[in-house]
Amino acid sequence: MSMTGEEIQRLLDVVRDTQAVEIDCDVCLMQVGEFAEDRLAGKPIAEGLKAIEQHLLICPECREEFEALCQAINALKKTAS
Amino acid sequence: MVRDRNNDEWIKSLEAEGPVRETALADLRELLVVGLKSSLKSRSDYVESMMDDFLQDSLIRILQALNQFQNRSRFVTWATSIAIRVAMTELRKRRWRDVSLEKLVADTNFDPVSDVDGDVVPERRELVEAMYRVINTQLTDRQRTVLLAEIKGMAQEEIAGQLGCSRNALYKLSHDARFRLKQELVQAGFDYQSFAFAFNE
Ligand SMILES: [Zn+2]
Repeated sequence: MSMTGEEIQRLLDVVRDTQAVEIDCDVCLMQVGEFAEDRLAGKPIAEGLKAIEQHLLICPECREEFEALCQAINALKKTAS
Repeated sequence: MVRDRNNDEWIKSLEAEGPVRETALADLRELLVVGLKSSLKSRSDYVESMMDDFLQDSLIRILQALNQFQNRSRFVTWATSIAIRVAMTELRKRRWRDVSLEKLVADTNFDPVSDVDGDVVPERRELVEAMYRVINTQLTDRQRTVLLAEIKGMAQEEIAGQLGCSRNALYKLSHDARFRLKQELVQAGFDYQSFAFAFNE
């Protein structure tokens, strides 16, 4: 079994987005809430959150959780109103 | 009706004792249910009977991490992000626990491009071949294993478990592999544009 074209492209994508210094999933978790609130409010990405943006590019698990969090925030907004 | 609170109130009531804390915990639990349900509802691997365990584990994790809350988002947003981490980690664990990392690696080769079932743009073939070369000759066995397992979508928790290393050590293996690959490819003259468009849509 070889890698599929899609898998190879995914590999090329994460290699392209790799940086010398990166944060890990635990650091991402502590700040992803702020990142998600800013994104949903349409704010530009703050300098201090660029590392989160980069981590979400290379980490599919944190990206999946970020997308789930955005859905959750929207649902919570609805219950509050 | 659940009462939301401002961030200070949340922290104070969760750090309090007695009924104040109990009420805050009950309210937080209800808000976590709303958030978790909306984020898990479209998943086929989630069943409602899992919710109680997710909530219980999440509340423990949130209380343990209270001093790490930096007050830079709404408290409920932060707490929900932890609950989602707890729930998804468990779902991924269930999905991958019967998959052998050893077998996954043994079954997969970084084969020559001719085996690829995608449509390689001819001028990018060189890039993909170069990438395979670096993977096969410049990475350690463990780096190659981690890189492959992650690209196949295997859960990080499960990869770390089967390799017998910590999540931190796994992250370092993955980062070293990706960074090495990038350095070698850039040094060989490939640019970011060629990385992005190796395959036809
Ligand atoms: Zn991550």
